[in-house]
Amino acid sequence: MNSDEFILSILVNNEAGVLTRVSSLFSRRAFNIDSLSVGVTDDPKISRITIVARGDDHVKSQIILQLEKLHDVKKVELMPQTGTVMRELVLIKLNISQESRAGLMEAVSVFRAKVVDLTNDSVTLEITGERSKCNAFVEYLRAFGIAELCRTGLTAITRGPKTLKPDASV
Amino acid sequence: MKIKGAELIIRILLEKGVDTVFGYPGGAVLNIYDELYKASDRIKHYTTCHEQGASHAADAYARVTGKVGVVLATSGPGATNLVTGIANAYLDSSPIVAITGNVACPAIGKDSFQEVDITGVTMPITKHNYIVKDVSRLASVLREAFDIAASGRPGPVLVDIPKDVQQAECEYEPAEDAVEPQQYRNGKEAFVQAVKLISECKRPFIYTGGGTVSSNASKELLALAEKIDSPIGSSMMGLSAVSHDHPRFLGMTGMHGKLAASRVLSEADLLIAIGTRFSDRATGNKVEYIKGKKVIHIDIDPSEISKNIPAFVSLIGDVKSVLKKLVNELPPCDRRDWHQEVEKIRNSSDRRLEMPKDELNPQTLIQAVNRHAPKDCVVCTDVGQHQMWTAQYYKFSKPRSFVTSGGLGTMGFGMGAAIGSCLGNDRKKTVLFTSDGSFHMNMNEMVTAVSHQLPLVVVLLNNNTLGMVRQWQTLFFGCRYSNTSLERRTDYVKLVEAFGATGMRVSTLEELEPALEKAFAAKGPVLIEAAIDQDEKVLPMIPPDGTIKDIILKA
Repeated sequence: MNSDEFILSILVNNEAGVLTRVSSLFSRRAFNIDSLSVGVTDDPKISRITIVARGDDHVKSQIILQLEKLHDVKKVELMPQTGTVMRELVLIKLNISQESRAGLMEAVSVFRAKVVDLTNDSVTLEITGERSKCNAFVEYLRAFGIAELCRTGLTAITRGPKTLKPDASV
Repeated sequence: MKIKGAELIIRILLEKGVDTVFGYPGGAVLNIYDELYKASDRIKHYTTCHEQGASHAADAYARVTGKVGVVLATSGPGATNLVTGIANAYLDSSPIVAITGNVACPAIGKDSFQEVDITGVTMPITKHNYIVKDVSRLASVLREAFDIAASGRPGPVLVDIPKDVQQAECEYEPAEDAVEPQQYRNGKEAFVQAVKLISECKRPFIYTGGGTVSSNASKELLALAEKIDSPIGSSMMGLSAVSHDHPRFLGMTGMHGKLAASRVLSEADLLIAIGTRFSDRATGNKVEYIKGKKVIHIDIDPSEISKNIPAFVSLIGDVKSVLKKLVNELPPCDRRDWHQEVEKIRNSSDRRLEMPKDELNPQTLIQAVNRHAPKDCVVCTDVGQHQMWTAQYYKFSKPRSFVTSGGLGTMGFGMGAAIGSCLGNDRKKTVLFTSDGSFHMNMNEMVTAVSHQLPLVVVLLNNNTLGMVRQWQTLFFGCRYSNTSLERRTDYVKLVEAFGATGMRVSTLEELEPALEKAFAAKGPVLIEAAIDQDEKVLPMIPPDGTIKDIILKA
């Protein structure tokens, strides 16, 4: 991660429009956002958003305080740089014939990626990991010619027993 | 017993103590208006000429009463016409609930007639908004809307209710216990630090904003000033919290603030900012603004702390309760040297800033209106030079007696605001200072004032130009008056007479006196058009991003 990057985990009401409220706050206040991922939690009423954003300490604190003002936001937590498990999933499609695949399977094995689809003319790969690993894999694959690529954005959870639960008072 | 969604809306309004609603009927709110008809003995609805006027009226009503203002509009254009009013309330932290109708749920997303995604449109300008697609949620959403609008830092909430939800039936259950207001926790350390800073400083300056007004904290503010022997300055939104005549009050600071207030502020070594957000119009250059001083920031909104100006110590919470606690913990201070210095600066005011006393000009006009207006009168403004002159020359003596568009700077705010202020102040005399530019934007609401025979005294400063923009063109754009000279031929006297109001025109001080006497004696709305020189400037002026050193005293 770059030095001015940080990860926020946000618990929100699982309701229509919440994602828009959160993302539009970033554009309205001119905050920089690198990635955003969202999904429902074990409690179906609560969704969890993971945001990778950039900015100095002042911006960081403003982002948190402004997010906390949104009615649908239950909790905002700045994830510690160490002690956080961070993962991203990338799907990559390479439209290459069988003959041109030399070296590809070796990379798949070294990076612990997976082949998720295979035809005569194409290979689709999946890789999960920290962003630096995903980036390295993607860079390596460029030589083969990437036909299509999609990333989920980072998601993160703290190590150890500590959890992120909505405050009872909110 | 089951009731319809539309009736439920009325029940919740009554539950929340609403007796006044502003709005405009239409297709998607017919059911609600039908219920309003049945409840007309308990809720008085005021139909404006345009939904924007209704939204400003609700905003002003909220500011004057301290209650939540309510505005009602139909779907599509009705809803979008509220947008400026909602944004205005958002920027000035005014608590309003806007209720809009929408097309029936099955028609949503089909670009149906008069369909607009108003929750999408108003998302960035509301504290929160809702579209209610299930009638069983309607009651809880409406109650929550009122709670959100009024709690914490107040602001607008919009509730969009599709037509079929208004028609659907549900059970009505009276409100459960009211929600506990949020408690703000300041570490003990914060108060200790604040007390230390205040005790150790030599030249404190209390800078008060709109939060002091909305928190009804005038008494506590003055108690603080007495205890620590400090002068008080104000943002524009903070005006009226302290009586203009109070010996500790120096007036407005900022771009068009009083010279003495700005000078004293620049000399201070401690700025105690209360219920204010350090707008760029108030600070000028933000680095220079706080040079040589520490800042204690008291506000109910934690995100305001260090947003624009870094705070050395912050106290979060309702201004009134924070000030009470702070005053209790502070030892009394005597700052004779600083006091003397402040008085010296106050009395060295620049003569060039005084307009001639023997002619009709903005200063003599506003002061004359001030003399004629009753003490309990609310004063509204539109936006532009006349607004700044009012902020500079009118002597506000009672909290919540000044209603103006601060953050958004909405030309056209005035007429709706005057209507809402008048109705929020027991239909007492209400003054509106406006101008040819602003009045033309929403003058249609004079019609509404006539319908309800509201005792408005509308003072229109006519300089045949967009004065504030012209002032900037003079100072910063080489006198190139691009599109600001208005070649309008409006006869304001005939115009308001056609609407059913009384109109008068004055061009000298001699004409002004009898006109004001007549206006303040009238039962219904009166407009006085006063001729003003188009090169009259609002001074002093600290240029944008400037400092006290750049202050313009004579143009």
